[in-house]
Amino acid sequence: MSRAVDNATAEVVGGPRPTEPAPPTLELKGIRKVFGPIVAVDRVDLELGKGEFVTFLGPSGSGKTTTLAMVAGLQMPTEGTMLLDGRPLDPLPPYRRNIGMVFQNYALFPHMTVARNVAFPLEMRKVPGDEIRRRVADVLDLVGLPDYGDRYPRQLSGGQQQRVALARAIVFRPPLLLMDEPLGALDKKLREQMQLEIMRLHRDLAVSVLYVTHDQEEALVMSDRIAVFNAGRIDQIGPAQELYERPATKFVSGFLGESNFFEATVTACEGELCMLEGRNGPMRAFNAAGLACGDKAVVAVRPERIHITTAASETFDNSVTGRVTDIIYLGQSRKYVVRAECGTELTVLEQSFGIRRHSIGIGEEVRLGWQGEEANALAEDMRKEAG
Amino acid sequence: MGTLAAVPPGASAERWWSRARILVCVLAAIYLVAPLAIVLIISFSSAPFLTFPPPGFSLQWYENLMRNPMWFGSLLTSVKVLVPTAILATGMGTAAAYGLARTSFPGKAAVTGFLMAPLVVPVIIVAAGVFGVFRKFGLYGTLTGLIIAHTVLTIPYVLATVSAALAVVNRQLEDAALTLGATPWNCFRRVTLPLILPAVLSGLLFAMVISFDELVVSLFISTPIVRPVTVQMWSNIRGDVDPTIAAVATVLFLFSLCALLAEHVARRHSRATGHV
Amino acid sequence: MARPVRRGGYGWLIAPAVGVLLVFFAYPVFWLLLRSATDPHWGMQNFVTVFERPVYLRVLWNTVAISGMTTLFCLLIGYPLAYTMANSSERVRRLLVFVVLIPFWTSLLVRTFAWMVLLQKQGLINEVLVGIGLLERPVALIYNRLGVLVGMVQILLPFMVFPLYAVLIRIDGSFTAAAATLGATPVRNFVRVYLPLSLPGVLTGSTLVFIISLGYFITPALLGGAGDLMIAQMIERQIAHFGNWGLAGALAVLLLVLTVLLLAAMHRLVGVRTVWER
Repeated sequence: MSRAVDNATAEVVGGPRPTEPAPPTLELKGIRKVFGPIVAVDRVDLELGKGEFVTFLGPSGSGKTTTLAMVAGLQMPTEGTMLLDGRPLDPLPPYRRNIGMVFQNYALFPHMTVARNVAFPLEMRKVPGDEIRRRVADVLDLVGLPDYGDRYPRQLSGGQQQRVALARAIVFRPPLLLMDEPLGALDKKLREQMQLEIMRLHRDLAVSVLYVTHDQEEALVMSDRIAVFNAGRIDQIGPAQELYERPATKFVSGFLGESNFFEATVTACEGELCMLEGRNGPMRAFNAAGLACGDKAVVAVRPERIHITTAASETFDNSVTGRVTDIIYLGQSRKYVVRAECGTELTVLEQSFGIRRHSIGIGEEVRLGWQGEEANALAEDMRKEAG
Repeated sequence: MGTLAAVPPGASAERWWSRARILVCVLAAIYLVAPLAIVLIISFSSAPFLTFPPPGFSLQWYENLMRNPMWFGSLLTSVKVLVPTAILATGMGTAAAYGLARTSFPGKAAVTGFLMAPLVVPVIIVAAGVFGVFRKFGLYGTLTGLIIAHTVLTIPYVLATVSAALAVVNRQLEDAALTLGATPWNCFRRVTLPLILPAVLSGLLFAMVISFDELVVSLFISTPIVRPVTVQMWSNIRGDVDPTIAAVATVLFLFSLCALLAEHVARRHSRATGHV
Repeated sequence: MARPVRRGGYGWLIAPAVGVLLVFFAYPVFWLLLRSATDPHWGMQNFVTVFERPVYLRVLWNTVAISGMTTLFCLLIGYPLAYTMANSSERVRRLLVFVVLIPFWTSLLVRTFAWMVLLQKQGLINEVLVGIGLLERPVALIYNRLGVLVGMVQILLPFMVFPLYAVLIRIDGSFTAAAATLGATPVRNFVRVYLPLSLPGVLTGSTLVFIISLGYFITPALLGGAGDLMIAQMIERQIAHFGNWGLAGALAVLLLVLTVLLLAAMHRLVGVRTVWER
């Protein structure tokens, strides 16, 4: 059953349909939070579909954690409304929202055993004793800690504590799960392992997840959609591929993966592409931002989209000549730092497979080329960027 | 980082200083503890006056303490005061500590300072003021008056102790509890309180000891009918002195000692189980 | 999640404590202080009296002198004690802390009484001194300045030792080690390096001891003589014997002002948090 969710209408596409579309699990409308003169969150709109995994991605201070806190009820929005399954969330205090939350530092109660920790939300809901025991055992099984009930949190490793925190947050079957950088305190290998665990749980439980991280790789691996936060606003929200190949702003382009940037002005528009004039001459790029003639623009090209060669034979829409100033060997790829004739420094990423007829060395003159479709013309960001 | 780096040996002046210092420490230790030990010993004396060393062993002074209505009555009054005092001070102090730790408002520092003020203002001033005012309120010479006065004096201790513990409790634990469905009261009862319990008990013990030992304020607001044992001691010391006072002093001392040990044990236990 | 404290639903929890303290602490204290200017009639004559009549001036002087000497002796005895505590093995430190804590937790009255027993003419100290031949006859050790000092120093020693210890234990050993490698003799090392580093503790402890002894009542009353009257005893006398609330209020004002000024000075110089830490 396809779970692809159309951003605009939040309808479940494909598979058996109910007579009426189910309301999205979570709706945020015009959410805004100020602390005195500081605007932490500036008009966030979002719809989270049933069973969807959306990640809030952004640098620290970009408002993603504050937004999460507001959904949980630990902070009150200054403006805006929130709906859970179609019902208003704002008047409810956190202990009546029935939303599960996993914290970065696990927040396991140190004076209770693992079992008591996990049983806690069920006790708060006055679930009868035997059912509590059964469900705690089941969920501990689910997270891979079947006999750990009698241990105390301090006796567990970081990864195990995180699983207990997860178990505790899902045992009462909430419709929505919030996760605030839960893997931040773990080392790389463990983090990757836990990412897969969380994705597996998400699939098995079909719960909607709102995940906060500053690690773009994590976001790319785990999410159905990513919302990139920049200085309190969502610059772009969409599936990973969309964000990566067609970023909407300079910030998104720079935050998710690497980009080379050129300042240019639009000279002509031809359907999906446009012509621009930059410091290094004419350029052709994909007009993602709907720019018009005369508009100031920033052209972004990913390093891996640029072809580097010493031969003059290949032709591209865009080409730049320059000199190699640095080469960084990365094992499966190679990074070239090239100083173009016009003075701009560019990064080119080349995969290390295949035979290179001629190795490029430092100081060599090279030609860089890329097709118009592989570059994105973006609007100039007037706002000060975060991070 | 307390150990001093090794100083080159053979410097005899240095060694002389070191010996002098250790001598001072030993003498100081004796100076601090010996008087109490002596009082303890005298309380078991078989002689009717305060001679040391006592000629023989006897429990007569403790018996006197229990039999003599004057002494026993005052001891009872002390107990009747310290129990409600400890409960009230701990209750109000803990509530205030929690309120201060989980709220912010302009002037919070001033309020905190105000609640600590009884520690700063010289006791004699509090005593004199309370004496004057209690007479107007009709609290002079009453049990209630003593309880209120003692509570006022002990709240700062509870506040300081519990506040320190609250500062260490991870705020996210309470957040987590709330998101898991705990009402604020349940959150306090099931999560916060167990974690600060050692500090609360410590505050309770503190309050009991201070109330039991309190003299200056009690002196002003007591009467021969309603007086704690410390006031009784005071009037006896300046009148006909007998070793019963030593027995009373020993009781006071042992009470403090037990409380100190209990607090020590509780703290050790809580640290072992991961509490604050 | 770095965020300010949650919405203030818990403010009311502070109310009972504040209320009780307002009515039964702040009000009585202010009532007394006010009496200084209203009893027997409006005006500052009580303050004038205090500063003019020799008997009151003597009391003020006694108070400051006794407090000063107590502070000095506490420092002389307390510094080596704190130093040893900070620079010894764990066991010795634990033992010394306990030794200092026990009297600290014991009632003032008990400790003062203990000294009464020890210092009397037939008391242990006199017996010992006569016994070993230092004295011919028992000497008056009590009801005089000596008795007061002996008692007060023992009682206030913990207030010097603990703040001092808190500072000393944080002094990094590498400072004195470095000085030694640079050629400083042990004495010089101590005077020029260690002592200045310990100064905050010295100031805190000294101020604390001084402030507390200013307001002391029990110990000077039981161990002192007629010429050792301190301000607290004078306040008591004015109220209990003469009913002179105005004068008592004036003396209270002086005592309180002096206490607060010294505390403020200490806070400025050193910071008052070390007081709460034991």
